[in-house]
Amino acid sequence: MISERMINIILIGLLVIIPAWAYLADEPFTITLMTRAVIFALAAVGLNLALGVGGFVSFGHAAFFGLGGYVMGVLAWHAQSYTPFLEWPFLIEGTQSMPVIWVIAVILSALLALVIGVVSLKTTGVYFIMITLAFAQMMYYFSISWSAYGGEDGLSIYVRNSFPGLNTLDPIQFYSICFIILMAVLALMARLVKSPYGLALNAARQSPKRVEAVGLDLHQLQLLAFVISGAITGLAGALFADLNRFVSPNMFSWQLSGEFIVFIIIGGVGRLFGPVIGALVFVGLEHFLGEINDYWHIYLGLILLLIVLFSKTGVMGLLVKKEAHHG
Amino acid sequence: MADVVLATYGITKTFGSLVACDDVSINVRAGEIHAIIGPNGAGKSTLISQICGTLIPDQGRVELMGQDITALSGRARALAGLGRTFQISQLAMEDTVLQNVILGGVGATRRQWHFIQPILSHHDLREQAEAVLERVGLIDDRHRQTAILSHGQKRQLEVAIALMLKPKIFIMDEPMAGLGLEGSKQLTMLLDDLRHQAPILLVEHDMDAVFTLADHISVLDYGKVIASDDVDAIRNDPVVRDAYLGKDS
Ligand SMILES: Nc1ncnc2c1ncn2[C@@H]1O[C@H](COP(=O)(O)OP(=O)(O)OP(=O)(O)O)[C@@H](O)[C@H]1O
Ligand SMILES: [Mg+2]
Repeated sequence: MISERMINIILIGLLVIIPAWAYLADEPFTITLMTRAVIFALAAVGLNLALGVGGFVSFGHAAFFGLGGYVMGVLAWHAQSYTPFLEWPFLIEGTQSMPVIWVIAVILSALLALVIGVVSLKTTGVYFIMITLAFAQMMYYFSISWSAYGGEDGLSIYVRNSFPGLNTLDPIQFYSICFIILMAVLALMARLVKSPYGLALNAARQSPKRVEAVGLDLHQLQLLAFVISGAITGLAGALFADLNRFVSPNMFSWQLSGEFIVFIIIGGVGRLFGPVIGALVFVGLEHFLGEINDYWHIYLGLILLLIVLFSKTGVMGLLVKKEAHHG
Repeated sequence: MADVVLATYGITKTFGSLVACDDVSINVRAGEIHAIIGPNGAGKSTLISQICGTLIPDQGRVELMGQDITALSGRARALAGLGRTFQISQLAMEDTVLQNVILGGVGATRRQWHFIQPILSHHDLREQAEAVLERVGLIDDRHRQTAILSHGQKRQLEVAIALMLKPKIFIMDEPMAGLGLEGSKQLTMLLDDLRHQAPILLVEHDMDAVFTLADHISVLDYGKVIASDDVDAIRNDPVVRDAYLGKDS
């Protein structure tokens, strides 16, 4: 048996070594696959704060992923077509600057999460699942009907957005950006769950009555977790759109919301690096099995079933010996 | 009466046609342990819930240090000075004992919006928590997972968390329930000592504990206070013997 920390280090090692090998061996497609995995991991790290630590199962996180994607798509589209996003009451131009797009994606996703959270956190369990799903579906149909931005067809962006000093079209450079963001967010998460806020949020999942009895507001604790969670997934969405240089209503789809949950369950609910394992497994299966068989989701389902049957805490739980776990 | 810490005035609560609390008025004074006894279903827990804010009374009010707290939420009452322990343990079972106690300190010092500094390097809270654990006798178990504590230790932990709130009054619903002889002796000693810090409103079925600890006893029957007096008077009250004590003593 090895410690969770050891597994985390091995995972970081994989995220460095595989792309480095692919770079040296001139296998850009492998780098692109790894970028996809890293971005999915980031999206699920966001969800994990709400689902794993907070304990409320959001089945609508594609709402934030898609919003982040459309922030990128819409701003970059206006920039490439030389039309302003807004002329009145003040001028807002499009942009192809990644940092600007990220900031806006994070802010708007946080605001959306605030709205969705205020409404849905009044409920729990199945009702919470349904309300979050309903919000994401609303976003989905809205994006389909918004023909100015491609409607069902989505938006294509010809040139990847720019980052000062880097050539973002070079796969390894874009991968590095995504990898560093993932690491930074994981480091923040690690701190957050060990902070007083993290302690309170963790306890709120386990014993709501206890949390209220020590004078803490359950609802506020959970709402903030949901907002941070949505913001992170929104950032992942902006990166995902940049990876594909394309955004479409599919980024709002409920299947995607479900896949984020699957990443977390595969890796280990509430485990810091759980989503990284889940996303790697998913992208790996998608690639290797997808080549052999169009129905590769069946195998994904089987793996999921086995994991849920044998370990409540995913792959991480299978590998790490049982311990008092907190963050 | 200047030394009244907690008072209820004419608390009434009905569930359908059942009157669970019927015009209940009690006073808890500084330095005393005030026990509430009564047969199963007498309305003791219902009264506690209304004092702690998890149930709203149909009529009547609750005062803490002369302030009307009837309109406050349970959370606000905790901050106002009610240190509650639950009849069924409410603990973060996956967390360590120390983390559970520190949680009380996070609430009391309103530090829930601190995001960066690790909780265990909030040294003031940690030291306070360790002192409290020392006091309830759990210091050697502080790094153990809460779920694996014995039932008695969980009861002690509930008291420890309440202590972190530095409450103006402790409200305890059947803390001895399910404890063995040794466990209830230990907890009795602990509560005996606590009264000097803040008075205790104690709901308890264990009569040995009640007669050892209580300064004042109120007897509830069918939601009504049928007697409220010092220990000796209650022990010799014929009405009380008839309604309650007669059956087991
Ligand atoms: N939420 C509720 N809805 C309906 N009836 C209730 C509710 N809560 C309590 N009661 C009823 O009110 C009466 C008083 O219950 P309560 O739990 O206060 O009794 P108690 O004195 O604490 O009993 P015990 O010694 O068994 O803990 C009981 O008849 C109970 O069935
Ligand atoms: Mg009761």
